[in-house]
Amino acid sequence: MPMPFHIHVTVNKADQHHDVEPRLLLVHYLRDVCGLTGTHVGCETSLCGACTVLVDGKAVKSCTMFAVQADGSSVTTIEGLATNGQLHAVQQGFWECHGLQCGFCTPGMIMTSVALLARNAAPSREQIAEGLRGNLCRCTGYSHIIDAVNHAAKAVARG
Amino acid sequence: MRRRRWPVADPNTTPYVGRAMKRIEDPRLIRGEGTYTDDLRLPGMVHAAILRSPHAHARIRKIDTTAAKAIPGVVAVLTGADVNASCGLVPCAAAIPDLKAPKHTVLAGDRVYFVGHAVAVAVASDPYIARDAIEAIDVDYDPLPVVTNAEDAVKIGSPLTHPDLGSNVAYTHNVSGGGNIDEAFRKADRIVKHRLYHQRLTPMPIEPRGVVASYHTGEGTLTLWTATQIPHLIRTLLPGMIGVPENKMRIVAPEVGGGFGAKLNVYPEEALIAHLAMRLHTPVKWIESRRDNAAATIHGRDQVGEYEVAVKNDGTILGLKSKTIADLGSYLQLLTPAVPTLTGLVLTGCYTIPAVKMEIVGVYTNKMATDAYRGAGRPEATYLIERLMDVVAQELKIDRLDLRLKHFPAPGDFPFPTSCGLVYDSGNYAAALTKAKQLANWDQLLKDRAAARAAGKLSGIGVSTYVEICAMGPSKAMPAGGWEWGCVRMEISAKVTVITGVSPHGQGQETTFAQIVADRVGVPIEDVVILHGDTSVAHYGRDTYGSRGTAVGGTAIVMCIDKMIAKAKTLAAHLFETTSDHVVFENGRFTSPGVTNRVITWPELAGEFYVAKNLPPGLEPGLEASSFFEPQNFTFPFGTHICAVDLDRDTGHVKITKYVAVDDCGPQINPLIVEGQVQGGIAHSIGQVLFEQTIYNEDGQLVTGEFMDYAIPRAHDIPDYILGSTVTPSPINPLGVKGVGEAGTIGATPAIANAVMDALEPLGITHMNLPMTPEKVWQAIKTKT
Repeated sequence: MPMPFHIHVTVNKADQHHDVEPRLLLVHYLRDVCGLTGTHVGCETSLCGACTVLVDGKAVKSCTMFAVQADGSSVTTIEGLATNGQLHAVQQGFWECHGLQCGFCTPGMIMTSVALLARNAAPSREQIAEGLRGNLCRCTGYSHIIDAVNHAAKAVARG
Repeated sequence: MRRRRWPVADPNTTPYVGRAMKRIEDPRLIRGEGTYTDDLRLPGMVHAAILRSPHAHARIRKIDTTAAKAIPGVVAVLTGADVNASCGLVPCAAAIPDLKAPKHTVLAGDRVYFVGHAVAVAVASDPYIARDAIEAIDVDYDPLPVVTNAEDAVKIGSPLTHPDLGSNVAYTHNVSGGGNIDEAFRKADRIVKHRLYHQRLTPMPIEPRGVVASYHTGEGTLTLWTATQIPHLIRTLLPGMIGVPENKMRIVAPEVGGGFGAKLNVYPEEALIAHLAMRLHTPVKWIESRRDNAAATIHGRDQVGEYEVAVKNDGTILGLKSKTIADLGSYLQLLTPAVPTLTGLVLTGCYTIPAVKMEIVGVYTNKMATDAYRGAGRPEATYLIERLMDVVAQELKIDRLDLRLKHFPAPGDFPFPTSCGLVYDSGNYAAALTKAKQLANWDQLLKDRAAARAAGKLSGIGVSTYVEICAMGPSKAMPAGGWEWGCVRMEISAKVTVITGVSPHGQGQETTFAQIVADRVGVPIEDVVILHGDTSVAHYGRDTYGSRGTAVGGTAIVMCIDKMIAKAKTLAAHLFETTSDHVVFENGRFTSPGVTNRVITWPELAGEFYVAKNLPPGLEPGLEASSFFEPQNFTFPFGTHICAVDLDRDTGHVKITKYVAVDDCGPQINPLIVEGQVQGGIAHSIGQVLFEQTIYNEDGQLVTGEFMDYAIPRAHDIPDYILGSTVTPSPINPLGVKGVGEAGTIGATPAIANAVMDALEPLGITHMNLPMTPEKVWQAIKTKT
């Protein structure tokens, strides 16, 4: 077995120090080492987006990044999105608009949507659909997800 | 146009039923706090990985596991020779006369029959090491001839999928009903013939399958967590495989990440992982990869058929003949051979067709098994009858809506017996069609198409009027019972605990059931908890499939509530010093007008039931009731879908410019959830018509083994929907509900396909196989222009 590599990652604002195998994927680091199982694995090939997290504010598919590549970074997962128990606007939007059914793709969808709204605070429905291109959902048919992101954008704009 | 947004309900008023409420299950899921199978961590748990065949058909000469076993961290490496004797055979529950069935062991014996066939399993302390181990297993294969096309498989001289069965034909099933079919065809002015192909599809829930097993050696009890739709059916069938008695087995379906029929099965891995936990005396986890999910979790559809319609020149349909070849793949999973027979049950759609004859031939090929994928048999039937209606209308040059209307049974004709042997419960098909036309602005749509065509554009409109079978189902029509069980308990604190035998995995029944219970019991919805998916809590059930959850499971709960209220009335009467028939129950309050002004509420009554110091003689303490509901028939939801498309001449791209769906699933408990089910179902159809197809090449290699090659719809593929509904209650259950889980997938496929064909009609193109990909559409346009 190759020598473990020491990494320091800030995950949901908490310092994490671990020795990890170089081949350990970021998603498995988050799930199995940090115990944050809200980030899901749907394909292991960066096609479905269920594993999307924010790395230094950017939406990243954590099944195609090694944990060692996140050394020194700040990672936000679905568990770190609410503030003091208060849902993030995007989480609230998904709830209000029935933006989820089985919930498996949802953490990744929400994290991608958060990054999308950070880039474009008032996206059109077409821009939302385009922005969610890398995230697959097999339950909802996406319409309610687009409603949810729209709802979140409007809620943020209202303040 | 955007559809209306329903106001969020005020939780302090009743009724809850009928309101578009936010879901009770969502907070845990949007916070990442749901527990799916892969999220389970048990002390001492080890990890399994499965080696699968790269060949579609081969003899296994030798398996060498030496190198794999030598890897540090590897606990065990086992083959079929090691485990098959302890794991029994994978069950098929469908009873078809004269069915030829291969023996389906959990790991391959001396042959493999499809790419993805499980050959060996490695168990290790870490999932990465388990994968290293399967890569180190050396299997010596001797490849054998392969057959992957069902029509080729029935020809003389075809390679045999299972040489020991002597034939690739698993069964031949004949359906005939109504009047004399030969006479119908003799009397016809014209016979319209058409060939239709329903391509193989991969269900692709975003959560792959997964199993965690833990065996308590001292107690002899097994707990199996599995990403399944059917924990109870597994508890019925797994004991026969692994020898643990049913009452020492607990099956848990934790949070399940989508099913669509793919998880309506008993899979080899469920027995294998249970066996490993028993054999190794430690908990074992197995999580399917996406590649394995595409290769070794059931597929759907894969039927090809020749159809003939006997018609008079005025459009009157006299009879329908069909011959369908259904590709079953290499093995029979739980319902594999039954699915094509469902097609035969709704072959006549929502039309009066006096005589029907159908032959279904189930055929083995060297591919993964097909089984129930969303709609299971009904999308195939609906696609064929709805395409045929358009073809007949086109050949006879009559209006396709008039043709449909002419053959609808009238609302007064229900219950309506069909030539296929079913009795449709209730319906008003013309009302749904009229409403859809209205929402679509039909006349304008026709004008727009005419203008587009005049401008040289390829523009089309498609319609589908469908009926389907839901609320499965009467036990006499189901392989293993079609009833549902429920239990409702009022706790001493007056909180209400509901246990259901259905096993929702995204359908939102924690919310819809709580709405029903809160209204009928008269308590705030926050006081209701719905438990499901764990056989140690929900002892009996028949689980979730066939759009049965609310219609069958919800009814069992209503029956429990009625029993519980009757018992409560007995105690209230005792406290009022009167008899039960003088007690009135309304909105959670017990009164006895004319006897006393006293009002008794649930907290008081619940306390009396459990403290049990003032119960009338003969009344048992405690306040709970359980019920089994046996439906007397299926329910038959219906509707009309209208789709408009524009085709790009240069790229063959199909753009859906308008989509209208009017679905009648009876009264809607939660319109927001109904809308979600319909939209999700239509998305599956968009995938099926425009790009999805499971492809095996001639050698039996699976070409579509990842999301890279198997294209499910993405957000930008989805049009804006205009959704509406009509409400025709079902007489089959007290809620009047019909079910809506599969309606979108059943109604939409023909609407979209008919729209594409309508757009191509001016070019003289009369047929195209699904999926209508840009390449195929472009090729078709190119040959005609």
